[in-house]
Amino acid sequence: MTTHSLSSPLPSLAGKTRPQTWRKVQDWLMQGFSLLALALAMGAMIWVLGTILLRGAEALGWEFLTNPTKPYGIPGAGIANALLGTLLVTLCAAVVAIPPALLAGIWLAEFGKASPVAAALRFSANVMMGMPSVIVGLFVYMALVVPMGCFSGFAGAVALAILMFPVIMRTTEEMLLMVPDTLRESGLALGLTRCRVTLQIICRSARNGLVTGVLLSVARVSGETAPLLFTALFADSWPTHFFSGPTPNIPVLITEYATNSPFEAMHRAGWGAALVIAVIVLLINLVARVCFRDKRAH
Amino acid sequence: MAQTLAIDPPAQASCARRFSVDGPFRKLCLGCALAVGVLMVGFFIQLTAASWEAWRTFGFGFLWSQEWDPVAGLFGAWPAMVGTLETTAIALAVALPLAFVSALWIVDAPPVLSRLLGQAIDLLAAIPSIIYGMWGLFVVCPLMQELWWRLGIDTNGFGVLTAGLILALMILPYICAVMRDVLRMTPPMLRESAFGVGCTRWEVARDILLRYGARGLLGGVFIGLGRALGETMAVLFVAGNVIAVPASPLEGCTTIAATLANNFAEADGLQRAALFALGLILLTMAFAIQVAAQYYLTLTKAKRGER
Repeated sequence: MTTHSLSSPLPSLAGKTRPQTWRKVQDWLMQGFSLLALALAMGAMIWVLGTILLRGAEALGWEFLTNPTKPYGIPGAGIANALLGTLLVTLCAAVVAIPPALLAGIWLAEFGKASPVAAALRFSANVMMGMPSVIVGLFVYMALVVPMGCFSGFAGAVALAILMFPVIMRTTEEMLLMVPDTLRESGLALGLTRCRVTLQIICRSARNGLVTGVLLSVARVSGETAPLLFTALFADSWPTHFFSGPTPNIPVLITEYATNSPFEAMHRAGWGAALVIAVIVLLINLVARVCFRDKRAH
Repeated sequence: MAQTLAIDPPAQASCARRFSVDGPFRKLCLGCALAVGVLMVGFFIQLTAASWEAWRTFGFGFLWSQEWDPVAGLFGAWPAMVGTLETTAIALAVALPLAFVSALWIVDAPPVLSRLLGQAIDLLAAIPSIIYGMWGLFVVCPLMQELWWRLGIDTNGFGVLTAGLILALMILPYICAVMRDVLRMTPPMLRESAFGVGCTRWEVARDILLRYGARGLLGGVFIGLGRALGETMAVLFVAGNVIAVPASPLEGCTTIAATLANNFAEADGLQRAALFALGLILLTMAFAIQVAAQYYLTLTKAKRGER
């Protein structure tokens, strides 16, 4: 470096290649664009939730939540049977999916680790998480509805369970990996079996993370519609034939009322049902994130 | 833990039990884990078997045939495929820049604001798709109709553009969340040196963050792409469900997923096989995209502190 370049002010040097003002303006523009993008996303979210809240509140009432659905024109219609059906289907899906998914996650974290089989299974779980849910609906239709000869709530529950499985499996693995190895070693050093160390020490220590993962996956599938169109379908009755007949549920009810009905009253009931399912999903999310937040996760 | 200690039997018994319990436990866990692989393969086998009749009747011509005539028994995948690709392209074109700059801002924001916005984004991703669909049907479609009518264009508001825009809103939080994680992994030293030589924030983002995290960002793009491709309900509500190649973005269209949901109930025989063939096409596309996404994300995951 010569004394000349040292004494010359740097901004003028930079100015020859890239004008300082333009760089600043460009930076401001991009900052503005960033804020605009965030405002757009947040605005859209408020718009969607606000619409659901305003229009859904019109339909909501005690009768709406306690009376079953009825064909158009009959007074006193509600959504109670669909609500019960959704609870049944989701609960059954959770019962079917959670135990094997937890065990699968345990295998990845504790036994499989970096082996090729574990890598392949981890990969398929990741791929399955991004699979369109409509495909799962088709699969369960062929695997359960056709052999059983009827649409059923149980088939819907299995479809949702398949959607939950990889999600729980991967979060379980991640949560177990966060437990320090010293805890495993001390358990084994006491002479406990791997099985007991895993279930009674590792899983207990990662409990909050596991509960969060399970709750988030339940929230994710409880609003899922596409697979239920092929499996649980819809009925105006109470869900008495869970294993042998169409089971009413909220998402398919919304689809039916919003697209296949020209009547304003049905649309209003659809908005009410949409509000109910949105509240359920967001509430589970909130509980999972606030009550069971694992401090080590972030 | 005190409780576990108290009921622990003598060493010899424990030794014997280790062989009796651990082996089966391990096998049980492995069995459960293998279920994922079995399901993955099962999807392909099941859909191929169910769509066999359609492939046998139409051959590979099924892929580019434009016919969809249940009465004449003629079926083709082209209209649904074009609809899927066009809506996905619009969704990505809109969501990608927005997600990138949002992620940039969230990464740079003060911790409290950053966490708050992050949670809002997660909330946006948690809203069930049927709610977006309903909102699209009753709010966005009439709005689009009014908007285009004022511009002198007569359309009913349903179609490729509306579906693409709603999809964009739906995939934005997914892409944004992945990009946020990827951008966070950039070593602080690298950013600070860039700021130190006088780069503006945008220059740091464009020249340092974007290049350093390119593969991870690409993974995020594929995640969003996969979501948009297979989304059913929102598209079903706003696309118009016309099985024809749309002439313009304002015309009604259908996607593979929407066609499946819309026609499955009343279909049988050859039409059902054709629908399963559409399902197989969607499965293959989604699979390819997910594999790509996982490939790019795996390349960067060590840096993101994930295993």
